Amino acid sequence: MSKKLQNLSEALQAILASQIQTIVLDCNEITIEVAPENLISVAMALRDHDDLAFEQLIDLCGVDYSNYGKTEWATGAASTTGFSRGIDPADTGRLRFGDELASENNEIPRFASVIHLISYRHNHRLRLRTFAKDNQFPVVPSVIEVWNSANWYEREAFDLFGIVYENHPDLRRILTDYGFVGHPFRKDFPLIGNVQMRYDPEQQRVIYEPVDIEPRVLVPRVIRHDNRYLHAQNEQNKEGATDA
Amino acid sequence: MPEIHNYTLNFGPQHPAAHGVLRLVLEMDGEVIQRADPHIGLLHRATEKLAESKPYNQSIGYMDRLDYVSMMCNEHGYVMAIENLLGIEVPQRAQYIRVMFDEITRILNHLMWIGTHGLDVGAMTIFLYAFREREDLMDMYEAVSGARMHATYYRPGGVNRDLPAMMPKYKESKWHSKKEVNSLNQNREGSLLDFIEDFTNRFPTCVDEYETLLTDNRIWKQRTVDIGIVSPERAKQLGFTGPMLRGSGIEWDLRRKQPYETYSKLDFDIPVGTNGDCYDRYLVRVEEMRQSNRIIKQCIEWLKNNQGPVILEDHKFAPPRREEMKADMEALIHHFKLFTEGFCLPVGESYAAVEHPKGEFGVYLISDGANKPYRLKVRAPGFAHLSSMHEMTVGHMLSDVVAVIGTQDIVFGEIDR
Repeated sequence: MSKKLQNLSEALQAILASQIQTIVLDCNEITIEVAPENLISVAMALRDHDDLAFEQLIDLCGVDYSNYGKTEWATGAASTTGFSRGIDPADTGRLRFGDELASENNEIPRFASVIHLISYRHNHRLRLRTFAKDNQFPVVPSVIEVWNSANWYEREAFDLFGIVYENHPDLRRILTDYGFVGHPFRKDFPLIGNVQMRYDPEQQRVIYEPVDIEPRVLVPRVIRHDNRYLHAQNEQNKEGATDA
Repeated sequence: MPEIHNYTLNFGPQHPAAHGVLRLVLEMDGEVIQRADPHIGLLHRATEKLAESKPYNQSIGYMDRLDYVSMMCNEHGYVMAIENLLGIEVPQRAQYIRVMFDEITRILNHLMWIGTHGLDVGAMTIFLYAFREREDLMDMYEAVSGARMHATYYRPGGVNRDLPAMMPKYKESKWHSKKEVNSLNQNREGSLLDFIEDFTNRFPTCVDEYETLLTDNRIWKQRTVDIGIVSPERAKQLGFTGPMLRGSGIEWDLRRKQPYETYSKLDFDIPVGTNGDCYDRYLVRVEEMRQSNRIIKQCIEWLKNNQGPVILEDHKFAPPRREEMKADMEALIHHFKLFTEGFCLPVGESYAAVEHPKGEFGVYLISDGANKPYRLKVRAPGFAHLSSMHEMTVGHMLSDVVAVIGTQDIVFGEIDR
């Protein structure tokens, strides 16, 4: 762990103190999590404090955590027709029109808005994550007043994940088609989409209809607990413990 | 006399100066822009969602198709994110090969940019000049990967294969006589490195030719000087990176400030503009081509004198060689597992950024320990640049919109993803 990152993480803790929920140092990158109600004040401090000076918002994106850590390859049960392996759809590629992904659990926050910041003055990077409180109607404050470049990124996250950015002046869809229904990057949105479009010669116009292609996944989603990674993680934890 | 109101002009998506599929809705007062609203997404292919449904190795090819004029740099960002999570170090020779091809790609991209930017603004000749050199660069791509554009050459842990010892040659046909073919093949007699070296010796003269055509050209200057001025403060606020940021006078280059691969050992300069207008950005990019040429030369020298592996020997993510598989049971198993299931990454997240010809190309990867990315976000430089379209064009004339589109170096593959 480099000295520079250590300094930054100490500075963050000193300046933002209780507003940070968690702070994680991994892969030479710092991630902090803040609650949506604190986001604007944290963002202002990150931009304006001399020791932080994160002048630019490099990236902002939505993340849907509803499927996190789910595997298709673990065998839960065996029946007369075979193993349970590869049957439970944990992959959006297997979904069909109208399929519902596993039950909605409102306890665990599902949507997050992740911001990547850069400081030209100190040559630092930082990741800032905010979980939206409500899974049905995720709302996160817009940081467009703090960093203007957030404008299109927030529109994109709204379009693809349905995260609503409060106080955004122009929250329209950006990447999907005019009149598109749904938020395509959510984990419960099928990879093949919901509708297809074709020209109908009888009606002499372009029509939309439910997709008729078969969903297909060539490689199932597998999680292997690789001993080397576990080992490396333990080493890191030990190192972290001695550093602290 | 009837009163004249503002009117709305629909620019694109089928406009030759719209660089692909940009639809600009312009609100105009006479010929002066009042509001510019780019509508994007006409080339949206959901690359990120596709990548989430495929093992890591199978998405490298998708990265080529993001910014389809700087293919290998996109791959570089993606494999670097994977390498960060795996915590692996790429062999030196592979690092030099990557740096060399990144710079070849930079020239490839800037040639495309200078050609089309010139064409948009009304300079025809530059386009033909630029595409003459692009041909050689594409041949380098082809020699190393077999594909002229979508190379899929970088791999987690290195590159697909070592540089070939032979350049493919032109063959005699009823259209090309033996004499013609011989002169065409003159610089193809040696290895790929010899061919690239020959190119780097020729290229500075070519850049001089472009400059003769444009730098002091009265019309070119009328169309670019003082057009689309962005102050350094605004450039930061608007999320500019790469030449767009440097054109505004901020000395920032990831190759120097946050060096990856072997950039810290190489000697090159970072050109910076002063006014932040289209002309300065033009000068910055032209100088970048010269600097890239310099970097390529240094890489060639190193690569000629040093041999070594080009990909890590760890078969958990790099496939074993064919010959090994014929005799070694374990190699065969590794091969089978890699191509049916792929490899799993440790749990975590990483953001890897490279200095792409257009700016900062970042790949944000979240892994939950599976063989597929949990979330992949591509940070395309052009997306942030295009979002400033309104601010850069407001108050300018309609013809300046075209110059601004040119200077932003827009490619829709990366903006729409």
